[in-house]
Amino acid sequence: MDRKIRVVVAKPGLDGHDRGAKVIARALRDAGMEVIYTGLRQTPEQIVDTALQEDADVIALSILSGAHNHLFPRVTELLAEKGVDDILVFGGGVIPEEDIPFLKSKGIAEIFGPGTPTQVTVDFIKTNVKRK
Amino acid sequence: MDDSCAALAEQCVAGNIRAIARFITLLENEDTQAFAALNYFKDSGQAAQVIGITGPPGSGKSTLTDKLVAGFRAQGRRVGVLAVDPSSPFSGGAILGDRLRMQRHATDPGVYIRSLASRGALGGVSRVTGAAVQVLEAAGYDRILIETVGVGQSEIDIVKIADCVVLVSVPGLGDEIQILKAGIMEIGDIFVVNKADRDGADRVVREIRAMLETQYMLAAGQKPHAEPDTLAGRMFEESVTGHHGNTGGHVDGYGDAPGAAPVLKTIAENGEGVADLIKAIEGHFARGISSGAMASRRLERVRSQLQDLVSAQVMQSIAGEKGSGSLDDLATQVVERRLDLYSASKLLLSRYFQGEKR
Amino acid sequence: MSDKEELRKARDAWDEKTAKAMARFPERKAKFVTGSDAPVNRLYTPLDLSDQDYIKDLGMPGEFPFTRGVQSTMYRGRLWTMRQYAGFGTAEESNARYRYLLAQGQTGLSVAFDLPTQIGYDSDHALAAGEVGKVGVAIDSLEDMETLFSSIPLDKVSTSMTINAPAAVLLAMYIAVAEKQGVPAKALEGTIQNDILKEYVARGTYIFPPEPSMRLITDIFAYCSAEVPNWNTISISGYHIREAGATAVQEVAFTLADGIAYVDAAIKAGLDVDEFGPRLSFFFNAHNDLFEEVAKFRAARRVWAHIMRDRFHAKNPKSLMLRFHTQTGGSTLTAQQPKNNVVRVAIQALAAVLGGTQSLHTNSMDEALALPSEESVKLALRTQQILAYESGIAETVDPLAGSYYVESLTSSIEKGVNAYLDRIDAMGGAVKAIEQGFIQQEIQDSAYAWQMDMERGDRVVVGLNKFQAKEEPPKGLLRVDPLVGERQIAKLKALKARRDNAAVDAALARLKVAAQGTDNLMPPILDAVKAYGTLGEICDVLRGVFGEYSPSVMF
Ligand SMILES: Nc1nc2c(ncn2[C@@H]2O[C@H](COP(=O)(O)OP(=O)(O)OP(=O)(O)O)[C@@H](O)[C@H]2O)c(=O)[nH]1
Ligand SMILES: [Mg+2]
Repeated sequence: MDRKIRVVVAKPGLDGHDRGAKVIARALRDAGMEVIYTGLRQTPEQIVDTALQEDADVIALSILSGAHNHLFPRVTELLAEKGVDDILVFGGGVIPEEDIPFLKSKGIAEIFGPGTPTQVTVDFIKTNVKRK
Repeated sequence: MDDSCAALAEQCVAGNIRAIARFITLLENEDTQAFAALNYFKDSGQAAQVIGITGPPGSGKSTLTDKLVAGFRAQGRRVGVLAVDPSSPFSGGAILGDRLRMQRHATDPGVYIRSLASRGALGGVSRVTGAAVQVLEAAGYDRILIETVGVGQSEIDIVKIADCVVLVSVPGLGDEIQILKAGIMEIGDIFVVNKADRDGADRVVREIRAMLETQYMLAAGQKPHAEPDTLAGRMFEESVTGHHGNTGGHVDGYGDAPGAAPVLKTIAENGEGVADLIKAIEGHFARGISSGAMASRRLERVRSQLQDLVSAQVMQSIAGEKGSGSLDDLATQVVERRLDLYSASKLLLSRYFQGEKR
Repeated sequence: MSDKEELRKARDAWDEKTAKAMARFPERKAKFVTGSDAPVNRLYTPLDLSDQDYIKDLGMPGEFPFTRGVQSTMYRGRLWTMRQYAGFGTAEESNARYRYLLAQGQTGLSVAFDLPTQIGYDSDHALAAGEVGKVGVAIDSLEDMETLFSSIPLDKVSTSMTINAPAAVLLAMYIAVAEKQGVPAKALEGTIQNDILKEYVARGTYIFPPEPSMRLITDIFAYCSAEVPNWNTISISGYHIREAGATAVQEVAFTLADGIAYVDAAIKAGLDVDEFGPRLSFFFNAHNDLFEEVAKFRAARRVWAHIMRDRFHAKNPKSLMLRFHTQTGGSTLTAQQPKNNVVRVAIQALAAVLGGTQSLHTNSMDEALALPSEESVKLALRTQQILAYESGIAETVDPLAGSYYVESLTSSIEKGVNAYLDRIDAMGGAVKAIEQGFIQQEIQDSAYAWQMDMERGDRVVVGLNKFQAKEEPPKGLLRVDPLVGERQIAKLKALKARRDNAAVDAALARLKVAAQGTDNLMPPILDAVKAYGTLGEICDVLRGVFGEYSPSVMF
C-alpha cells in the first residue's frame, strides 16, 4: 500500500475566514492526501500536539488576522522543543511580503499568498515532504 | 522482527506519543515489520475497555465522544480515541474532521486522539483499527473510544473490535427508526438518542424500546438458552439475574424493560445525559465481567479477527501469484467453462498450501 | 399578427442567420456565464420579459415591491452615505482617526473591533496574544469606550459597529458613554451588525450556540424599540457569505433566510413585526459582474418585500423595505498588481449604486495585502465621489430598469432565491439548515468550484492567472504597533485594581441569574458595564450559562 501524506490543516489565531483553509483541505484530499482538519481558533500548542498524535507529515497554517508573526514561530518553536524536525510547516493567508524572510528564518518553509493555485501547494508538499 | 520496529514498539509501551502515532501509521501502510512487532504488545498494559460509538452521519458521535473523554478524564482514566472517517473513493485521500470537536483535549497528556481514514474498508472502521487498539492498550490507555464512520445499515465491523457498542440515533431523520432497522440494531449494547433537545426524541426512544422488546421476545422464545454473547443471550441472562443497565435517562415514566439494552437520551452539545451514559457503560462492563459474557465476547471477537486475518493473508498471497494455476488463470478457466468455481477454489487452496511447504 | 408573434418570427430568423454566421465565426467561448456561473444568453429581447407585469413586479420607486428602490427620488433626494470602515490599535489611536474624519465633514462613523473584542475576550486572554488591536480597535471595558468616543458628541453622529456575538455588551457601553456625555439613549443613532447566523456560516466570530444567541438578539430588539428607538438593531449580512465563496443567488438566499429566522424569533418573543421591522437593515457585497450584481440588489428588495408582507403580514411600508449597506468585494481583490484593484472597486461601486444601495464602503486597493494605508483609503473614497458627482448615474432613479438583460437576470435571481428559501423552510428554517451544515456546504461547494474554474483558466482574473507581471513587493503598508497588546493589558490591570470589585461581582452575579431565567438581558448587562465589568468578564458569565458554539464542518 502506498504511503499517504498526512496533513494537519489548522487556523491559528482568532479570525474566522476559513474559505482558504477549506479549499486547501479539499484540494489536498483530491490529490490523495489525508487531511486532518482542526478548524478555527487553534493555539500553537493544540496544533503541534495534534500533528504529533496524528503522525502528520505536514502542518498547513492559514491566517488572515495579522497575528502570523506571533503565532507561526510559536508552532515551529514548540516542534523544536519536542525534538521534531521532520514535519514540513508552511503557511498561507494575508501576509505582507516583508514578513516572509522573518517567518522563513523561523522555520516556516513557505508562505503562500492570496491567489496561489491549489496545485502549487499540492506540488510543494509532494516535493518537500521530509519523510518519504 | 526489524530492530527499529521493536524499538518503536518499546517506546509505545512507554507511552511515547510520537512512537504510538508512527506505529499506527506503519500499520496503516501495511508494514509487515510493524505487524510482526505487535507481538511485543501481547502482554503489556492491561486490557482496556473498548467502546464503540456508531450511528448515522451527523448524529453527534464526535460531540458525544468529546463528552465521554471529559467524563473518563474526570475519573482519572487515560483515554485513547480512534476516529474513523471515510476515504474518497476517487482520490484515495480523506478529510478527517471528527477531532475538530475534541480539540479541547488535544493538549491533555492523558488523551490520545488519532484520526483514521477508512481506506476502502466498508465496515465503518479501517482495517487497522483493531491493531491500533492493541497499540493503545499496550501504551496504557484504559478507555479506548472508537468513533466509526457515519453508518447506514451494514457497517457493523465495530462489533468485532469493541466490548461495548453505543448506537447513536437522533430524532428527525424522517422515518426515524428506519435507519436502525436491518442488522444494525443487533450490534447495540447501549442505545443513545442524541439531540434530545429536538422534538421527537421521546418517540424515538419508545420505538427503539418496542423494537428491542420484540427482538428479545422473538429471540428468547426461539432460543431460551442462547449463548450469552449474543444480544438475545445477554438480555435473557440479564432478565434472569435481574440486572439491568439503565441508571438514568428515563423517558416519560417508562423505564427500560428488565433485561433489555438501555436506551438513553442525551444532548451531547451541552453534556446532558452523558453522566448516565457513562454509568450505563460501566454497568455493561460490570455485568459482562461478572457473568463471563465479556470474556466469551472477547474470545468470539478474537476468533473472528483471527479468521479475517488468516483469510486476508491467504488471499494476499494467492492474489500476488501469476501464471498457470493462479487466481487469474483459474478465473479465466471458469469463465471459459473449462472448470467450475468449486473445483477452482480447491485448486487454489491446494496450491497455497504447497507454496507454504516450499 | 400580434407584436409578440412578429417579434418571435424576427427572433427566429435572426437565430437562424446567426447560427449560420457562427459556423464560420464561432463565439469566443462555448459557454457564457455570469460571475456566479449562471448561464448568459446571446441576446435578450422583450420576449424574455413576457411574464413580467410592470406594476406587480417592478412598481414605482418607494412603492411595493420596491424593485426600483426604497425611496421615490433615490439619489436625486440624497446621495448614498459614504461610510468607510475604520479602526485599529488602541482606543486613543482610533479616536484620533475618527475626529480627523469628522473634521473632514464625515457624519457617520464605522467602528472595526479587533478579534478578541469580537469574540468576547479581554486583551489579556491567552487566545488574544498577537491579535490585540490588529484588525480593529481593542475594547475591554467602558473605560476604553469612553476614550474611543471622547470629544465626539454622540447626539451628532451616527455610529455603525461591526460587532456580533457580544453586540449587546458593546451597545450597552455605547449607551453608557452617551449617558455620561448627557445624551439620552433615545437620541442615539447607529447600527450594530448583531447578525450571529452568518457568523456560524461564514465569518467565524461566534461565541454562544444558536438558541441563546437568538435570545440575545431579540432582547436587543425589544430593549431598543422601547429605549433606543432610532437604533438599527441588526444588519443582516450577506457580505461575508459572498466572501466565503457563495454565488450571488446564495448570498441573497442565505441572507434573507437569516432575516426570516430573526423575524420569526422576534415574533415568537412577543414583538410586533411592524415595531422592529423598520429597524432591520441589510448588508451586501458587490462583485465584478456588473449586471448580475445590479439584478441581485433589485431581486433582493422584491423578495424581501413579499416575505414581509405575505409571510409576516407586516403593514407598515417601512417594514417591507429592504434597506442595505454595500461593501465592495474583498475576495475579488488581488495581491498581484494591486493597482488593478482600483478598477475592480470602481465597477463594484457602480453596481452598488445602480442597485440602489443606501450606503457604501469602497475597499482600498491594498486590502489583499494588509490594513489599508491612509492614501489608499482616500482613493477608495474618491472613487465613490466620482461616481456620485461625475458619472451621472445618480441623476435618475434605477437607470437600468427595463433592460431586457437586467430584468431577466433580476427575475432569474428571484427564482433561484425562492427555490433556496423553499428548501430551507423544508429543513425547518435557517437555524436548522445551519445546524445541519447545509448552508455551509453549499457555500463551500461554490467556493471550491470557483477555485477550480480559476485554476483551469475557465475564469480569468487579470494579473492572477492571465496577464501576470513581475513586480516589486509593495512598501509602506500600515502596521499596527506590536506593543498595543501590552498597553491594553496594563490598562486592564490598572482598571481592575481601581474599580469597585464588589460592585462588579454583584452585577455579574445578577447577570448570571438573569441569563438563567428569561428576563431581558440588556438591563443587567448595562449595569455590569457601568460598574466597569469587562467585556471578557461579562461574556464569561454568559459562556458559563449558555455554553459555547461548536461549528458544524462538512466537506
Ligand atoms: N441540537 C443538537 N445538536 C447536536 C447535539 N449533539 C451534536 N449536535 C450537532 O450535530 C452536528 C453533528 O455533530 P457531530 O458530533 O459532528 O456528529 P457525528 O455523528 O460525529 O458526524 P459524522 O462524524 O460526520 O458522522 C454538529 O453541528 C453538532 O453541534 C445535540 O445534542 N443537540
Ligand atoms: Mg464525527
